[in-house]
Order: sequence, then C-alpha cells, then structure tokens
Amino acid sequence: MSSFLIKMNFKGRDIISIRDFSKKEIDYIINYANKMIPYARGEKYEAILRGKVLSSLFFEPSTRTRLSFETAMNRLGGRVIGFADPSGTSQKKGESLADTIRMADSYSDAIVIRHHQEGAARLAAEFADAPVINAGDGAGHHPTQCLLDLFTIRAEKKGIKNKNIVLVGDLKYGRTVHSLAHALALYGAELTFVSPVTLKMPTEVINDCKELGVEPLQTASLDKAVKEADVLYVTRIQKERFPDPEEYNRVVGSYKINIELLKEAKKDIIVMHPLPRVTEIDPEVDKTPHAIYFKQAFNGVPVRMALLALILGGQL
Amino acid sequence: MKKELKIPLIKDGSVIDHITAGNAVKVLHILGIPKGTSSVVSVAMNVNSKMGKKDIVKVENRELDPQEVDKIALIAPKATINIIRDYKVAKKHKVELPDEIIGLVSCSNPTCVSNAKEPVKSRFKVVCKDPPKIKCYYCEREPEDIADRII
Repeated sequence: MSSFLIKMNFKGRDIISIRDFSKKEIDYIINYANKMIPYARGEKYEAILRGKVLSSLFFEPSTRTRLSFETAMNRLGGRVIGFADPSGTSQKKGESLADTIRMADSYSDAIVIRHHQEGAARLAAEFADAPVINAGDGAGHHPTQCLLDLFTIRAEKKGIKNKNIVLVGDLKYGRTVHSLAHALALYGAELTFVSPVTLKMPTEVINDCKELGVEPLQTASLDKAVKEADVLYVTRIQKERFPDPEEYNRVVGSYKINIELLKEAKKDIIVMHPLPRVTEIDPEVDKTPHAIYFKQAFNGVPVRMALLALILGGQL
Repeated sequence: MKKELKIPLIKDGSVIDHITAGNAVKVLHILGIPKGTSSVVSVAMNVNSKMGKKDIVKVENRELDPQEVDKIALIAPKATINIIRDYKVAKKHKVELPDEIIGLVSCSNPTCVSNAKEPVKSRFKVVCKDPPKIKCYYCEREPEDIADRII
C-alpha cells in the first residue's frame, strides 16, 4: 500500500457535495481511482468488498451513474440491491423518503441515491448510519460526476491549474456544472461560462468561484470562447428541469458543437459531456481525437470503485 | 416639555426595542407570543427615534430568555432586549443571530426536500449575521425574502 493511502480515512463518510471535500482529499480520491483502472477494466481482480451490500436507490432515470456504480461494486466483489424506477416501491403508497432510507440502511452497508428533490441525499444521510453517496439530487449536486470529470481533465490535460475551461449549455439547472465550477475554481482553472441569458450560472456559484480566487468570464458567444479553450465541457439543455415548457423551447438548440466550430479551436482541445447528449454535439465529432466523452463515462467506474472502497474500508 | 411615552413603563418584564419598523407582529409570531402567556403585551409601531422609525414590544411579568430572542435578529438585526425589574433595566442584550436557524423559515426552493412531506424541520446555516443571510442546509439555496418565509 502506498503512503498516500495511509494518511486519510474516508470510512463511513457521506459523499453529498464536492464542497464537503478539500483539494487534498479530492487529489487523494483521484489518485486512488487511478490505481483502480486495471480493476475497472477487468484486467485485475481483488474482491476487497466481498460480503458488502450496496443499496442503489434511483428515484430518477439514469444510465451511466447507476450502471457504473453497479459495475464498480461488482468489480470489487460486492453485491448490489435496489431499484432503477421507484414505481415498484412503497414510495407509490406514500412512504416518506426518510422511511425508505431507514429500510435501505438496515439492509446494506452503503447507499447510493438519486432523487428529484434538492437536498434529498443530505436528508438521507441524516436517517442512515451507513454512508450515503449522492448520485444527483434534482438541480443540486452530483459529486461523483464532478470527481470523474476532474479525473478525466487531469488525465487528458496533465493538470487542471491555469487550464482554460469553457462550460457551455444549461448552466442554471445543470447540476454537474455547479459542482464542477466549484472544484475547478479550487484547482485554479481559468473559467468561462457560456449560456443563453435565461440559463446563466447562478449567482451563488459565481460568488463561490470568486471566493476561491477565480473570476469567471460570462458570455453567450461560444465562437469566441472556444478559441482559447483547453477543455470544452458541454451540457444538455435538460427539458425535465424547466418549470415552463415555453422557456425550454426558446433555448433548446442554442449551441451545437460540430467540426466547423472545432476548426477554430486549439488542436488539442478536448470535448467533454456528462451524457446523455441529444443534439448539442454532432455525432461527427465522435470520430475526432477531441471527443473524450465516452472515455469520461468509463472513468466513472474507477472513480466510483475508489469511493466505494474508501467509504467501505476496502483496501487494495 | 416632558416627552410623552407611547406605551407606559412596565414594572417587571421584558422590552424588545429597536425592532425594524413594521416587523413587531412578526417578532411576536417568532417568539410565540401571546400563545402560552397571559402577560400583558403592548406593541408600538413606527415610533420615531434618533435612528428613524422603529417598533417596540413590551411583555409584562415575563423575562424572556435572551438566547431565545436572538432568532428575531433574522428580521430585526438591530433589536435589543431589556429585562426590567422594579422599573429598572436589570439586563440589556443586543440580539445576535445563532449559527443555525431550525424550524423557523421555510426554504424558498419549492423542490427542496425540506418542503416535502418528510419528518424534518427546515434548517438554515447563518452565513452573515448583519444583514442576515442564511443558507438552506439541505439544498444550499439562500432565500432573499427571509421575512416573507417565516413559518
């Protein structure tokens, strides 16, 4: 075991918001995730979580997050219980989230939760003795996505500090970008936020970046911003988050990443996306070396393996 | 000329002074007065003072716990509480917001889990005491209209 693994103890810790973690702790998780890569690919196997059970409670749809958590647990020898759709659970009979969590807590060693209400994971952590991982709480946080994004940027660009990172799309309702903006500011990245006026980054997030010493540039023009970018982080305009469908119709399709746009960018720009994408990235971009989003999605496995091992006390 | 008092002096009890004008009724609501007390309560609103208009509340024969009164700093950050014994000020305390506000303000975010039917009270961390700024423990939003969100 390397010395960096001895220093920090995450056993039993909740993973609710990236704001709960210091830069040092994030580095620690990312370093551990790096060691998990051959295990995530199935090239090596160590059942360090044998006998452990994870509750996977997805009250909202998910492909990557849910499957990568399940893969992560399976690759480390643990088991998964849970649901991908709450329609078959007692929630439909009016059971409170608190009671559902109490049940999951008594059946398992850790809980992963995705829920449509902001603060749901924080509430879950109050009612569970087992550690709780937030896999997305409405328009709130998605810390494991943030960690895998940081992992990806660091791996692809050999660092985060002073990198020009452009976040584009729905910056108002997009939960991934709120957590990510904070973490990138923590690492001293140069930030540019590109969005339609109605989907601007919330003031709290801007202020948060400023407090960390980063003054983000805000613009509606992607053409200009892309020229200086090292990383272009694209998000989907999420129809399900709009209280008013008219507002959605006005902004959908505002930005489209295609080969033409990338011709104006640096040669080594990378394009990231938390996925699912709809129309914001032209499929022709997939074939270019700029497209990192599928690799990014895979990185969810080693990062979540690292987190599960850390909070459940498994050691490589 | 002798200055006329808007509400008479009290022999024993508590006086909450320097309440932001117009907020006296909300202050009583926060303190749960008159529920659970048979004391005489006098309220003066929009009283002229050196600092402009203010409200005053006097509660007879009851000494309010200054810590309990601190939470009114949410809507009346300049308020003071005077404990009166035999017409004299026995104790004076300037309200100061506690670090956490529980069960007093509802979150402004309609999709915050604290607004759902869950067995939890609303909970806010105080991020700035004057002017009051609070952040929801659950969804981390900062309501701007605190006075309107008093439960």
